[in-house]
Amino acid sequence: MRGIISYAGYVPYHRLDRSAVAELLGSGGGRGTRAVASYDEDTTTMGAEAARLVVRSLGHEIHPASLWFATAEPAYLEKTNATAIHAVLRLDTDVAAMDTGAAVRCGVGALRAALSGTEETLVVTSDLRNGLPTGADESAGGDGAAAFLVGDDGDADGPVIAEFLGAGSATEEFLDRWRLPGENRSKVWEERFGETKYLPLAEQAWNGALKQAELGPEDIDAVILTGVHARAVRTAARRLGIDNDKLVDDLSATVGNTGTAHPGLLLASALDKASPAEVVALVVLADGADVVLFRTTDAVDAFAPARPIEQQLASGGDISYGKFLSWRGYLRVEPPRRPEPDRPSGSAAGRSVDWKFAFVGSRDRSSGLLHLPPARVAMKGDRQDDMDPAPMADTPATVATFTVDRVSYSESPPIVAAVIDFDGGGRVPIELTDVEADEVRLGDRVEMTFRRLYTSDGIHNYFWKARPMRGVEDAHPIRDTECQS
Amino acid sequence: MSSHGIKDEVAIVGMSCLPFGEHFDKSLDDLLLEASNLCYESAGIAKADVDAYWLGVAASGVSGMTLARPLKLDNKPVTRVENFCATGSEALRQAAYAVASGAYDVAMAVGGEKVKDSGYQGLPPSWPPNDGTGRSLTAAAMYSLIVPAYAKKYGIDPDELKDCLARISWKNHHNGARNPLAQFRKEVAKEVICQAPLIAGPLGVFDCAGVGDGAAAAIVVRAEDAARYTDKPLYIKALSFVAGTGAGNLDPDYDYTTFPEVVSCARDAYSQAGVTDPRKQIAMAEVHDCFTPTELILTEDLGFAERGMGWKEIVSGTFDLEGELPVNPDGGLKSFGHPIGASGLRMHYENWLQLRGEAPPERRITTDKKLGLVHNLGGYPGEMVSFVSILGPELG
Repeated sequence: MRGIISYAGYVPYHRLDRSAVAELLGSGGGRGTRAVASYDEDTTTMGAEAARLVVRSLGHEIHPASLWFATAEPAYLEKTNATAIHAVLRLDTDVAAMDTGAAVRCGVGALRAALSGTEETLVVTSDLRNGLPTGADESAGGDGAAAFLVGDDGDADGPVIAEFLGAGSATEEFLDRWRLPGENRSKVWEERFGETKYLPLAEQAWNGALKQAELGPEDIDAVILTGVHARAVRTAARRLGIDNDKLVDDLSATVGNTGTAHPGLLLASALDKASPAEVVALVVLADGADVVLFRTTDAVDAFAPARPIEQQLASGGDISYGKFLSWRGYLRVEPPRRPEPDRPSGSAAGRSVDWKFAFVGSRDRSSGLLHLPPARVAMKGDRQDDMDPAPMADTPATVATFTVDRVSYSESPPIVAAVIDFDGGGRVPIELTDVEADEVRLGDRVEMTFRRLYTSDGIHNYFWKARPMRGVEDAHPIRDTECQS
Repeated sequence: MSSHGIKDEVAIVGMSCLPFGEHFDKSLDDLLLEASNLCYESAGIAKADVDAYWLGVAASGVSGMTLARPLKLDNKPVTRVENFCATGSEALRQAAYAVASGAYDVAMAVGGEKVKDSGYQGLPPSWPPNDGTGRSLTAAAMYSLIVPAYAKKYGIDPDELKDCLARISWKNHHNGARNPLAQFRKEVAKEVICQAPLIAGPLGVFDCAGVGDGAAAAIVVRAEDAARYTDKPLYIKALSFVAGTGAGNLDPDYDYTTFPEVVSCARDAYSQAGVTDPRKQIAMAEVHDCFTPTELILTEDLGFAERGMGWKEIVSGTFDLEGELPVNPDGGLKSFGHPIGASGLRMHYENWLQLRGEAPPERRITTDKKLGLVHNLGGYPGEMVSFVSILGPELG
């Protein structure tokens, strides 16, 4: 049996209230909220967060043969982005890491290809959706990521929780939505034209998938309908004869359409709530139509998602429209009058991949003391080269002391920084993110998150920050803050 | 550790310090040349009489040629040293050891920095290529971590602590107003200090040292030769330097209310000089007041106040110009600004003036006690270098 072994969605912390658009500009916006990637997030970091949750939900290391990263908004061209996620997860060097991208359809495409393959594959989809202020894309879009570990029931990494039953596709060349490389907005052709193209394609793919799976429409318990053409997606439900009560919430009121990531995000959301033996159909309209059918297995009951989508939706925080515009580059704000940071050294970063990308320190074997970054000589006891790697990315920590730096260079000043002490020992001074400067307190609980610190000479400087633990059951309750400060 | 010191083996026989400030009309070459000329004059010698030079420059030049070229030092040994913000003191330390060893008879330490050419406020950062995971905070942010930590440890109300920090700033500006070499020569009211715009954490503009260009110099000889140059030499009683391991930022036991490097450095210096009760034996101290909480912690780490009592002593005026142990009588980094290579030598210059009775009357301290102290540090809480020297006008 082939299918999904583990899955996760990642919704960034910030939410833009769509009504804020018209309040400022007199038009645009709408009802509800959209998810907004922080200024220090890109599709690679969001993808990495989703992939980390895939691993955390399983509770053990994963062993895919390859990692496929799909996005329509790659952080790098030319250079593979999947390798950063590969490094974050500390996958073995014999695991291939490859990008597929540029077009929104590559998200569902990567998932389909993995399901049709024979090797265990980690599929990571991520997107950051842009549009000019007041435009429909700006409001309807959202940022997020989703990741799936696809494999066979016999694979070492765990049982299949959603069996792949069959798929159907339909493709035709027509102009619906397009964007040239380097542009930060997409353009669309007259809606009606696209609709007339999408509907027959949707029907063809739907029938093809049902036929391959040897199912009738009545066998389907839940339908995920999404795509790049909102109107066609709405009318496709009617054309395919899908009951409204079978339609999975498309998260348009809360997250917005996350493009390449959206099929995966909605599938994750559906699987969060699924019981065994449910048939789920994923229908995606993007330059054609793709339909993928799954049936949940008994193993879905035992699967405990580390961060269900609903939990992530409940723990978001507001962002002002002005901040949103400045983060997206539509509104340039005055930077601090400090020199911009130097570009990170490729060779120096190459020597410290485990530290920089996976937040692995070292632990002295005799004293047990943790060294962040890893060291060769112990800070106490003077032993040399007697340490074990200490992966700390998933260890919660407590704020020992903190400050707000109003003059240091930042893409979104001020910098909030803290000295954090990890559960079980270890300390690091580090930037906080997804946080307001005035809400930090000594003793706050934080978790590590993979971020882009800055970009210099076109080099993205990836590293880790800490962010408040929100909406999460804290395995280690807040300790009585006998932190020394 | 064997740290024998060179008590009374070396004497400072000439010193100079330029006015610090925004010298947009002067290059580093100008500053180093002018400070050197004044220093030769102070010692009553000519350029050719100096056998070897140590140049303290942190970020505005590299190699001994930074001094040899503008001064046209003809094939003299010139060593450029750098040790974070303690660079100027390090130059003096090396020059003193050079004459103590007998390798040279006359050595000169020169320190200077051109910080106002970067186009930015603050000190110019300069790091070698790295993996991009280093801390990006300003020094102000790092030192601001002390404030909540200290308040919590000793149960002090944040407003009371803010008053104490304002008092430090007020005191140093008060002293700087009486120093023609200082960059800022105006007293600042405590209300103005407290209401200044915030820079990092609770630290406002007046909690931070100024920024400025400057240069200073000292000429050292073996103590037995001092009388050839001056009848008022200043003897070196102790020179101590400690480079930390940076463990404070790794070790959850470190609590940001002390600088262990300074404690260790001071212990060594007191031992070299035979100081057993610093509060009673030391007449004045020039300390590294890069930020007001730094000076607060230093009063305790240097043994001028009991642990947890530094803030009370500051408020009660112990460290004022007229107090029991004046700290930063020249106005400190607060009033001078911090041309990195020059600051350590500037601190020694105030000891040179005060302990030899040459400070102007409006800021002259009582020197019944015969020793002066310089404390100069570099780096940040948890990862710093520390320098302490002790000086005195009399042998023994």
